[in-house]
Amino acid sequence: MGRKLDPAKEKRGPGRKARKQKGAETEVARFLPAAGDESSKRLSSRARKRAAKRRLGSAEALEMPKFPGAKPFPGKLPKGVSGGAVQTPGKKGAQSLLRASQGKKRPAPTHSSEEEEEEDDSEEDDVVNQGGLWDSEDSDADMIDDYGADSTSEDDDEGEELLPIERAARKQKAQEAVAGSQWSEEETEEEEEEAEEESPESGPQKNDETDGGLQINVDEEEPFVLPSAGEMEQDAQTPDLQRIHKRIQDIVAVLRDFGTQREEGRSRSEYLHRLQKDLATYYSYGDFLLGKLMDLFPLSELVEFLEANEVPRPITLRTNTLKTRRRDLAQNLDPLGKWSKTGLVVYDSSVPIGATPEYLAGHYMLQGASSMLPVMALAPQEHERILDMCCAPGGKTSYIAQLMKNTGVILANDANAERLKSVVGNLHRLGVTNTIISHYDGRQFPKVVGGFDRVLLDAPCSGTGVISKDPAVKTNKDEKDILRCAHLQKELLLSAIDSVNATSKTGGYLVYCTCSIMVEENEWVVDYALKKRNVRLVPTGLDFGQEGFTRFRERRFHPTLRSTRRFYPHTHNMDGFFIAKFKKFSNSIPQSQTGNSAASTPTNLDLPEVKDQMTPKPKGSSHPAKKARVAVKAKQQLQKRQHPKKASFQKQNGISKGTDSSLPTVSCDTKSQASSKLQDSSQPAQKAEVIRGPKVPRKLKQQSAMPQASKKVGFRKQNASRGTDTEVPVLSLSKTQAALKPEDCDQPLGNSKRAEKVKQQLPEQPFKKAAFRKHNGTPKGPETSTVSLLSSSRPPPAKRRKSQSRGSSHLSS
Amino acid sequence: MRPLTEEETRVMFEKIAKYIGENLQLLVDRPDGTYCFRLHNDRVYYVSEKILKLAANISGDKLVSLGTCFGKFTKTHKFRLHITALDYLAPYAKYKVWIKPGAEQSFLYGNHVLKSGLGRITENTCQYQGVVVYSMADVPLGTHILLRYKRPETGNSFANSSQVQLKKKSAYTLENILPGKIWPS
Repeated sequence: MGRKLDPAKEKRGPGRKARKQKGAETEVARFLPAAGDESSKRLSSRARKRAAKRRLGSAEALEMPKFPGAKPFPGKLPKGVSGGAVQTPGKKGAQSLLRASQGKKRPAPTHSSEEEEEEDDSEEDDVVNQGGLWDSEDSDADMIDDYGADSTSEDDDEGEELLPIERAARKQKAQEAVAGSQWSEEETEEEEEEAEEESPESGPQKNDETDGGLQINVDEEEPFVLPSAGEMEQDAQTPDLQRIHKRIQDIVAVLRDFGTQREEGRSRSEYLHRLQKDLATYYSYGDFLLGKLMDLFPLSELVEFLEANEVPRPITLRTNTLKTRRRDLAQNLDPLGKWSKTGLVVYDSSVPIGATPEYLAGHYMLQGASSMLPVMALAPQEHERILDMCCAPGGKTSYIAQLMKNTGVILANDANAERLKSVVGNLHRLGVTNTIISHYDGRQFPKVVGGFDRVLLDAPCSGTGVISKDPAVKTNKDEKDILRCAHLQKELLLSAIDSVNATSKTGGYLVYCTCSIMVEENEWVVDYALKKRNVRLVPTGLDFGQEGFTRFRERRFHPTLRSTRRFYPHTHNMDGFFIAKFKKFSNSIPQSQTGNSAASTPTNLDLPEVKDQMTPKPKGSSHPAKKARVAVKAKQQLQKRQHPKKASFQKQNGISKGTDSSLPTVSCDTKSQASSKLQDSSQPAQKAEVIRGPKVPRKLKQQSAMPQASKKVGFRKQNASRGTDTEVPVLSLSKTQAALKPEDCDQPLGNSKRAEKVKQQLPEQPFKKAAFRKHNGTPKGPETSTVSLLSSSRPPPAKRRKSQSRGSSHLSS
Repeated sequence: MRPLTEEETRVMFEKIAKYIGENLQLLVDRPDGTYCFRLHNDRVYYVSEKILKLAANISGDKLVSLGTCFGKFTKTHKFRLHITALDYLAPYAKYKVWIKPGAEQSFLYGNHVLKSGLGRITENTCQYQGVVVYSMADVPLGTHILLRYKRPETGNSFANSSQVQLKKKSAYTLENILPGKIWPS
């Protein structure tokens, strides 16, 4: 039996000889220039073994890739690792794996996962990959001939490749690691359950473990190790903020360059989890909110954002141009920025700002910079009628008044009676005379009074953008708080939209803003409104600020959301804010139920008069008018891709009315005119639309049917209906029904010529992609045709559906 | 919200006339429209007609304020003028008093003003006359009633006059700002 000089061959056996021999071979292998080949050769055999092992089903998927640059374990190269020995440090994993497979009797296998926290059972699959070095060390400890540099002996000066000292050191580390706590294998389960002692040890150890013979004792090189469980517990009790802060920085640095700096065996999610916990501890956030923030911001920004929230924003004022001028006021103050003509920043003052005679005389108002933006976006004109739905404490309302120079009328509303007192006080102090202050719940709005030229909705929100003002938000906001806020905001926004008069000569705009940065309260609500009402987003006129998201995690929003604006404390030095500006292009309310839109469309005849006096919504306009309007609307709708449904709806309504055939002609004219003006929502020129006219019963049921085709059909229908007789309308009706399907939620296919009472419901207006969804229409009226329940399948265009099962799927966005 | 009754109108006008005299008519007939007084919850509001029209839609219990509040009627039906009316009284005031900067703060914090604090005063101001107080920069600060003022023999100089005491009637003070935290919005 000759000893084969096969470095890859693993020496087995408990004896020293095995170790010795192994050592020699590994040593040789290390020197061999063709190490690569050998490695490969070794790998091949090893690879086979490894594969076998893997097939056995590694318990813990070792995620650690054999990453090449693994600094941490350079020194871990086991001496004479059987088989995988002298590979480049990068191949430690492989080696370890090999070793793992071989070394069942690793002395201290577990420790290998100190960093990696791999499962340590001697199952090969465990750690090996990550703790490769460690493992190999351990396993080799028994088997490798370290030439005396046993675990016991530290300095063995026998001439080994690695300096004996190095090797010994490695061994010692391995032993220490072993001696240390046995790291729990499942690192994923237990976050960092490493023993505390581990980290400090691993730290210095790592230092020594730079590659091969190079010992670097530089702390910066020390790769960051996720702390262990024990350490975590200690942190929980007595958080050492310094250490946590350092760790935060370390983790951010690691994550920035994850491929090279990661710790073997640790997944990215572990690092992130650790970071989340540390940030929450350091900045006193609740876990939920911090998780949300981590979704929103990239890591570098996240830390900046959190830092910015600890510091209050500079105090800013707005000069009240009704009483004074900015330059008169600004003796010691700086202008706020070129975007504001009336803003001033106060950096310090010897007297309380709220107590100066100028303040008392109403020359300025203390207002955050971000609160000036929505009013600038709203751009109120003189002699307009404006509604401010959530006005307290009155800063925005007074700004609106000063921009309007006390002309026109402002209705300032708030649902909170105590805060209304401050509104009254502020408005009186600032000399605002054109305001009515009311105490309604904003959701009641179009009922009380509607027909405003512009509406400002500063919706109540979770306040995550103004954490610097109210630190309690860090911890007391929860998932359900956010969702509750979002729900309320959606309702308010729909009411606000309904209160705007789309046919206003100078207006038709709505600004929705919140002081929150959560997507659920901002983009999601705006997207919801786009689907539910005839509005579209327009540029806010603010040329700075970050654009709103068009997609976020699993959600996708309408592309026009890019025109919304987000502001952050750390980038703009103002409170977190979100602003969206809508233009309402049609007063009718799209409904999933058919007929509603027709019902709600004001009669053309009434339009001219009604135009600017929207307050009561006339209902039950005459049919012809309605039909005309419907037709026009329909056309507009079609052209506006957003709300095709309405068009079709209207068409149907008109048709179903089956009244004048001449009307279509009339409407055609109007339509044509309207279409010409479609693009600018000033189409209303022709018709003053009632904000709500649901009374007219109309029920059209439609099933979502063909998508594009139908739309085209619908379009054609309109053309067809022009100047045609009633037959055409009828025909088109059925067709439109089909056509409308895609755009729209189900509408009961009407018995086309029948007007049905349609209950005005919240319209659901799915986007085309959602066309397939069924809507549950609950038409009321003589015929309750059930909406056909069609799930995503497209029902064939039905000319007339007498009865359809009511779809229960309510498309809600 | 309702218009004022005759009696109420009379009481209120009397009070206002103390400060602006016969200029009261100017308050009602203004070049930019007709303004009226309306009573709501015992407070008198001064609004233009355009606003009135919209405000009519709001139910009484939900209406909090409209236009400018001039003052309120007490339980015994006396009329108390509020500081919020200052903006309308100031331009039409018949008797004005200017106070020195030093006395300004004191006045704003609710104290009476002594003669030494007066800078200027309109001539022929009698005792117990309602005056409007200005700062030296012509910023109206409040209204007063002149308590004790003896016209000097020479008629002009303060130096010869005896003590003048102004009783502060109302002013924009921190207490007068209606309750509610001043939120920077």
